[in-house]
Amino acid sequence: MLSETATVGGIFSLAPLVVFIPLAGMIFNMLFGGRLSQKLVGGIASAASGLTFVIAVLLGVALYNQHGEPVVVPFLEWIHIGAFQVDWAFRVDTLSVTMMLVVAGVGTLIHVYSVGYMHEDVIHQGDPSRFRRFFVFMNLFIAMMMILVIGDSYLMLFVGWEGVGLCSYLLIGFWYEKGENGIGNAIAGNKAFIVNRIGDVGMLLAMFTLFWVFGTLTFDEVFELAPEIAATTPAYIGLITLFMLVGVTGKSAQIPLYVWLPDAMAGPTPVSALIHAATMVTAGVYLIARSAPLYTLVPESQNVVALVGGLTAFFAATIAVGQNDIKKVLAYSTVSQLGFMVAAVGMGAFVAGMFHLVSHAFFKALLFLASGSVIQGMERGHHLEHHAHEHDLKPRKKKSKEPPFDPQDMRNMGGLAGRMRTTYWVYIVGALALAGIPPLSGFFSKDEILLEASHLNTTVYILLTIAAFFTAFYMGRQVWMVFLGQPRSAAAEKAEESPAVMTLPLIILAVLAFFGGLLNLPGPHTFGHWLEYTFEAFHLEMETLPFSLPVALISTLLAVVGILLAWMFYGRQPLEKGQEDPLRGILGWIFTGMQRKWWVDEIYHFLFVNPYIQLSHVFAEYVDWRFWHDWFHEVVLAGSFNQFARFLNFRIDAGIIDRIANGLGNGTQQIAGQMRQIQTGYVRNYALSLFLGVVLIVGYILLR
Amino acid sequence: MNFFLHPLTMVTFSPLIGVLVLLFINREQKNAIRWVALTTSLVTFGISLWVFAQFDASNPDLQLVIRLPWIQVSSWLIEYHMAVDGLSILLILLTTLLTPISILSTWTAIEERVKDFMIFFLLLEVGMVGVFLSQDLFLFYIFWEFTLVPMYFLIGIWGGPNRIYAAIKFFLYTMAGSILMLLAILWLGIQQGTFNVPDLVAMGGIPADIQLWLFIAFAAAFAIKVPMWPLHSWLPDAHVEAPTAGSVILAGVLLKLGTYGFLRFNIPLFPDAAVRAAPVIAVLAVIGILYGAMVSFAQKDVKKLVAYSSVSHLGFVMLGLFALNSQGVQGAILQMVNHGLSTGALFLLVGMIYERRHTRDMDAFGGLWKVMPVYGLITLIVSLSSMGLPGLNGFVGEFTILLGAWGAGNPGGILGSYWFAGLAALGVILAAIYILYMFQKLFLGPLTKDENRNLKDLNWREVVTLVPLLVLIFWIGLYPAPFFGVMAPAVEKVVAVFQTVAVAGLP
Repeated sequence: MLSETATVGGIFSLAPLVVFIPLAGMIFNMLFGGRLSQKLVGGIASAASGLTFVIAVLLGVALYNQHGEPVVVPFLEWIHIGAFQVDWAFRVDTLSVTMMLVVAGVGTLIHVYSVGYMHEDVIHQGDPSRFRRFFVFMNLFIAMMMILVIGDSYLMLFVGWEGVGLCSYLLIGFWYEKGENGIGNAIAGNKAFIVNRIGDVGMLLAMFTLFWVFGTLTFDEVFELAPEIAATTPAYIGLITLFMLVGVTGKSAQIPLYVWLPDAMAGPTPVSALIHAATMVTAGVYLIARSAPLYTLVPESQNVVALVGGLTAFFAATIAVGQNDIKKVLAYSTVSQLGFMVAAVGMGAFVAGMFHLVSHAFFKALLFLASGSVIQGMERGHHLEHHAHEHDLKPRKKKSKEPPFDPQDMRNMGGLAGRMRTTYWVYIVGALALAGIPPLSGFFSKDEILLEASHLNTTVYILLTIAAFFTAFYMGRQVWMVFLGQPRSAAAEKAEESPAVMTLPLIILAVLAFFGGLLNLPGPHTFGHWLEYTFEAFHLEMETLPFSLPVALISTLLAVVGILLAWMFYGRQPLEKGQEDPLRGILGWIFTGMQRKWWVDEIYHFLFVNPYIQLSHVFAEYVDWRFWHDWFHEVVLAGSFNQFARFLNFRIDAGIIDRIANGLGNGTQQIAGQMRQIQTGYVRNYALSLFLGVVLIVGYILLR
Repeated sequence: MNFFLHPLTMVTFSPLIGVLVLLFINREQKNAIRWVALTTSLVTFGISLWVFAQFDASNPDLQLVIRLPWIQVSSWLIEYHMAVDGLSILLILLTTLLTPISILSTWTAIEERVKDFMIFFLLLEVGMVGVFLSQDLFLFYIFWEFTLVPMYFLIGIWGGPNRIYAAIKFFLYTMAGSILMLLAILWLGIQQGTFNVPDLVAMGGIPADIQLWLFIAFAAAFAIKVPMWPLHSWLPDAHVEAPTAGSVILAGVLLKLGTYGFLRFNIPLFPDAAVRAAPVIAVLAVIGILYGAMVSFAQKDVKKLVAYSSVSHLGFVMLGLFALNSQGVQGAILQMVNHGLSTGALFLLVGMIYERRHTRDMDAFGGLWKVMPVYGLITLIVSLSSMGLPGLNGFVGEFTILLGAWGAGNPGGILGSYWFAGLAALGVILAAIYILYMFQKLFLGPLTKDENRNLKDLNWREVVTLVPLLVLIFWIGLYPAPFFGVMAPAVEKVVAVFQTVAVAGLP
């Protein structure tokens, strides 16, 4: 096997630490965090994440020094049954190291940011004791994500896959007593977990098929055998790759399972940035890139994947246009951008997909964290405003009549650029990167996907290009609604900038989002060559397409037009307080559709959720209880026995049960008495007749 | 070896010493009674570890055999024949572990007639261990029926408001199934001339048609016990009415008597019938998985929810057993243990909240995580184990079962269709639905009920009851190798027959 050619030792023996360091941070905070200050708790968690990043860098350097030769570090025997042999083993190659760097790098910045963000959030939400729990979950997430990306087999990947899903569930429902009717957040968590489980069944079926066809779940072995099996039974590989796609649509929020991701915004904003934008949701992209040697063997599957990605990119972008919640816009944008990545890896453009994954991690984490800064800025403004009103007469009464203030509603914002300078500038960087304006990172990574699409799949190319146009438009709309024009609420007037512990990570991310394109400039293709080490180990040809001016021009032009249009609607005449969105007048019902998310949630409720709930109740109440438990038992079983007994004129009072009871102690007599009163020979008749029946039959057999 | 000093005799009957001591203690000295019972069960657990230490995991055959003549009826000899092998050793350890845990859980929950309770409880342990060790069909039957009596009284005396009904139903349903098994046992004894299980297996040679009838007769007893759909309607009654400790043992061990019976008797004794019955059993198992999960989701009473989840979980076990390959059967045995740990722990947790609030209606709760963080965390871990989260025990069992069932699903294989494993895999989704629903109803949302505001978190005794289960939940999830290692040779021996069957493509 390829991996065994490299000797495991030196730096590589550190590989398991990327899992154990964050785990240690988590356990430490769990055990002792209660007695420590918030800064210390957050500091320890951040340090754990930061140290993990250092290990990832060391692994990367060591890997570079041996020309990207993959290394597998065995750790512990896991499940061995007959031919099924899977161990805990850590795989270090350029692909896994890339993911580790992104996860731990962006993760550390978000940890640091969270120290500031959660300090305020726990006060707003009214439970400062939960500060520690947040960092416990965050460290657990880093550990699980590391298992996902460093696992040497599909089964180990799956442990991380569901593990990060658990963390996602826990963090979405972090404020589990909040949200709609006090339960909204918890239900959003449930939704995320359950929808992901649907995808996970796809993963399970993929693994079952893999094992029974390939006889193994270890990456190296599967990929070595793949060409051979493709030659004889390609249908199996087609099936495996499509089953995996089901998993991808769950975890990476693609049609038809994307519906959980927008609801996941119920989690604290750093969670949205880390889990629901930068890292976890890209796991599906990673999975397909990892499984490149399988996907490339079945073009039919590749087409399906690419189409799912393209459609998602387009569809989610339209919804993003109609949202008023600052985080919801970003959420649908994330779904859309994940569509870009999935389309890319689906077409076989693995480098482009991974490149976009990395640059997206920078700018989308930036945008989410900056939106968190905006939200808390609004909260601070609201708080000041509230204090000012404290001097008014009867402020309480007035408050109860008004709908609760929503610091995430962009219609309440406006003009924040003046009050939150840093947040504004980094937001602009993030928005331009996302819109794909050169020379920011998003331009290069998105352009590479479009370039590949223009060669490989025209349908997908068109879908993605339109999506790119929408992207620029909704980001322009957001920037103007949030930062420019005049404040549309008292809170926005008094909004305040966030502290340095939050703005510093923002600035670092802004730098990364700005210069991230340097990773893989057309020409040197540094990132591409780095990843090729992994892909070429399995004889995958990674051809790099030459830079195409038309493709770049079209996408840039469309982005500029999108921004200009946004300016026309939201910039030239900024939205007034209470004013209807100008798009409604122009688009009419289409805008309503965008706003209402094309009623997909309602359709799913009608088609799946409600029928399931009703069917369960019918089963439980009528089929299982009234029919089977009551009617069948009482009427058919007990009733017919009683008829039978009456027919034979049974008059038995041998008291078998009583005697057993008596023999066991005085106390039981009492209960036997109780039973006698209630049952009047019911059980005795049964038991005795059964017993007599046995004696008769046994007697017959023995004496015949 | 001497009868009394043989390790298997000791592990089976050592609880009787405790019973004997208890008879001489004044019934008012409740704490003394509790300590005697707990000590006895811990000693028994110690003896079971001693048995395990003498057990050779690499040996596929029966070990520590003790075989003494017992009753001679004309030419038929009933023997005191006990032995242990890879199929039973883990279940014995599970039984001897869950017994002290259950006793510890009754410390404050059982205040009435503590002495009688403990006597019944220790007698129950004798019966359960005896079932797992018996290698003589008649001896097995005696232990099998014997387990009914203490459980009948545990439910009937210390149960909930509807306990008499539940106890009788439990007794009669199980008894009704056992009658058919008794007939089959007698038939085997008469026709084959022995009740000795290993001899019967080695003899073989039962015509396929008759095998099927015998298979059905045995299956009747075991399927009710498991319980397989649709024979489960005694289960919710028994579980809901039973005291917590009774539910723990009922779910943790008594249900396993059924699945173990299939593995020990049905499959090796009637291999041809097993192959023919496999698809039918798999259908019932898959229905049980999905139906149990759906019905579970629609419950209002949290204990009933957990009870119905057993129907779903045991469906997985049955599916794994009748995949008749190493992955399926090993997964099934592990899942028997897993279910004992996870569902046992769930019943303990339900009991703990019931002791505080005297209700199990999920609408009476909500937001408990805030007032009972430790309780919340432990329930979360156990719930996740129950729904099969990777890294915890449930996943290893479910995954290997489904893997085995998928492998048996290839055309011409034992099950002959991928649909069994495919549909069963949907149970993974449904499990998440009812488990998360339960967790949400109990722990999430705002704390609205005043009665819940001052609930006390778990005390030390309660945590101690749960810790061993938690340790095993993680241990099996992360490093199941020793558990598989213990059972592997014995399972290989059982399934070896079917690998040739599957290849030859029998009907």
